[in-house]
Amino acid sequence: MTTRIDRRMAKLKSEGRPALVTYFMSGDPDYDTALSIMKALPKAGADIIEMGMPFSDPMADGPAIQAAGLRALKGGQTLVKTLKMASEFRAADQETPIVLMGYYNPIYIHGVDRFLSDALASGIDGLIVVDLPPEMDEELCIPALKAGINFIRLATPTTDDKRLPKVLQNTSGFVYYVSMTGITGSALADTGKVAAAVKCIKGHTDLPVCVGFGVKTAEQARVIGANADGVVVGTAIVNAVANVLGPKGEKTADPAEAVATLVSGLAQGVRAARLAAAE
Amino acid sequence: MDKPAIPNSFRTGPDEQGMFGIFGGRFVAETLMPLILDLERHWNEVKNDPDFKAELTDLSTHYAGRPSKLYFAEGLTRHLREVSSAKGRGGGAKVYFKREDLNHTGSHKINNCLGQILLAKRMGKKRIIAETGAGQHGVAAATVAARFGFPCVVYMGATDVARQSPNVFRMKLLGAEVRPVTAGHGTLKDAMNEALRDWVTNVEDTYYLIGTAAGPHPYPELVRDFQSVIGTEARAQILEQEGRLPDTIIACVGGGSNAIGLFHPFLDDRQVRIIGIEAGGRGLDGVEHCASMNAGAPGVLHGNRTYLLQNADGQIMDGHSISAGLDYPGVGPEHSWLRDSGRVEYVPILDDEALEAFKLTTRVEGIIPALESAHAIAHAVKIVPDMDKDQIVIVNLSGRGDKDVHTVASMLGMEI
Repeated sequence: MTTRIDRRMAKLKSEGRPALVTYFMSGDPDYDTALSIMKALPKAGADIIEMGMPFSDPMADGPAIQAAGLRALKGGQTLVKTLKMASEFRAADQETPIVLMGYYNPIYIHGVDRFLSDALASGIDGLIVVDLPPEMDEELCIPALKAGINFIRLATPTTDDKRLPKVLQNTSGFVYYVSMTGITGSALADTGKVAAAVKCIKGHTDLPVCVGFGVKTAEQARVIGANADGVVVGTAIVNAVANVLGPKGEKTADPAEAVATLVSGLAQGVRAARLAAAE
Repeated sequence: MDKPAIPNSFRTGPDEQGMFGIFGGRFVAETLMPLILDLERHWNEVKNDPDFKAELTDLSTHYAGRPSKLYFAEGLTRHLREVSSAKGRGGGAKVYFKREDLNHTGSHKINNCLGQILLAKRMGKKRIIAETGAGQHGVAAATVAARFGFPCVVYMGATDVARQSPNVFRMKLLGAEVRPVTAGHGTLKDAMNEALRDWVTNVEDTYYLIGTAAGPHPYPELVRDFQSVIGTEARAQILEQEGRLPDTIIACVGGGSNAIGLFHPFLDDRQVRIIGIEAGGRGLDGVEHCASMNAGAPGVLHGNRTYLLQNADGQIMDGHSISAGLDYPGVGPEHSWLRDSGRVEYVPILDDEALEAFKLTTRVEGIIPALESAHAIAHAVKIVPDMDKDQIVIVNLSGRGDKDVHTVASMLGMEI
């Protein structure tokens, strides 16, 4: 069974360039604005969309994404609204893969079976659930795979050769390599080490490997993209939204436009990576 | 919800996956997973190692002051018998206090910290991090870090830093760095998030010295085992002092480490009634309480599945309690399992009731209890007058109340 993610990755491979994977926080700063940001992403050059599901206690995220999640929750965002946003987006875009990213509790409380059928109906293609390691695969990973939704796992610098097969076992869609030990939005890791880690993972799997955590600029996207199948950018996008919000959360400029400007630059970066890699 | 089948023993958990029934588990980011597996390996090595046990026992005895006394609270017993007589009941059980308040650093927290610092030393770790609410665990962690020469960072919610300034000062004196956490609402839950973020960043050299019997496996098990010295001693002491087991044992439950420590050795003594006391705050009707097992639902937070205060969308709520040590929206997973299996009863005590028990104990016993422990005493005050004179109740006096005098003074409208 191929999913939108598989098809998109295959297409990019044939084009010989890495994917630009963009993360935004659904509901930040409000539903309508977030939907306009989501719609702007593919137009600006994003290949895959990661939709952040806000959670009150995002233990693996840095201050920027924490704050974005709290803004979204304050704006009334819920899991149900996040799924609604995805289906509104999907009505106008049948091609761009959507990956939900967040923490397990809101899904658990919604009910796993109900969540999976609602997610499918909303056009969701994949899930990244930070606090579900392979040891907890029975919770959501296995049911998601049965339902036809990709379960994308994080591999990290602490995932050694011995553990890697376990991490890859039920992973599908792509592998998300976390470039460093730390929270989202930290400084970018040594790119040489990242390239070596990606190569190591590719020795264990045919799945595409995307790299995230710490990529903020077009130049970084180009460098990381030269040795990976995709580059994930999150905190920089969330910051682009925060930068056009005033002290009381009022918009001082159009967040969708701010995000589009940033993403266009990043898209040029990943496209340049192809040229660099081809030489 | 279906009740789990009654097991032959209540003392065999967790299973190999770290589960107590549906509770517990290892809900952590992949970055932490190898660390948790490494911790589990070391824990399994030391838990039956006689050298490790001997070192811990020696420190517990000579450094922490164990065994703690089991004290017949004659003043409180007399008072509650008078209450019983006034009701025309003519009863009133004998009340004993397990005196964890007499330990070095003033609470049960030192038991766990001594065990974990020895584990950290064995693992070759170079740096200690901890979270704290009221500061009792932070002080105990800073104490053992000082004793064993580890640098120590304590994460503490900014709100708690403000309301527990004496403990903040103690930690600093002990050489720890106290990092106030402003994210979220600045209480224990946020401090725990921040400690986990530190751990995820400093995986190589850092040991996370968690303060309660919660978090990802194996923490609930190892903290329980380090705290079980409370119940093991109490059980032997009551047999020696009274020649029989108690009728009822009571302890307060925030994360639940002092409670599981007292309860665990008694779990298979089916004739002993076991009661855990949650913070009822200003009442369970509103949101100003921390009674996760009475008013919450099972969910996943901080590495484990357990009862949590949360809304219909699965967002975690901020609780309220007069006592910072009970101000946590979750509870250790073994308590959730003991609740569902029916072995332990969990009941709430309100802020006001705890405050009354605090004042009463101070007056009739000359003991200033921690506000956390005052919740457990408050429940004894409720039930003891309706028990018989030949019955026995043990209350875990988990800590002393010096740290709370500012809070109590402001509740009573007094300046100090």
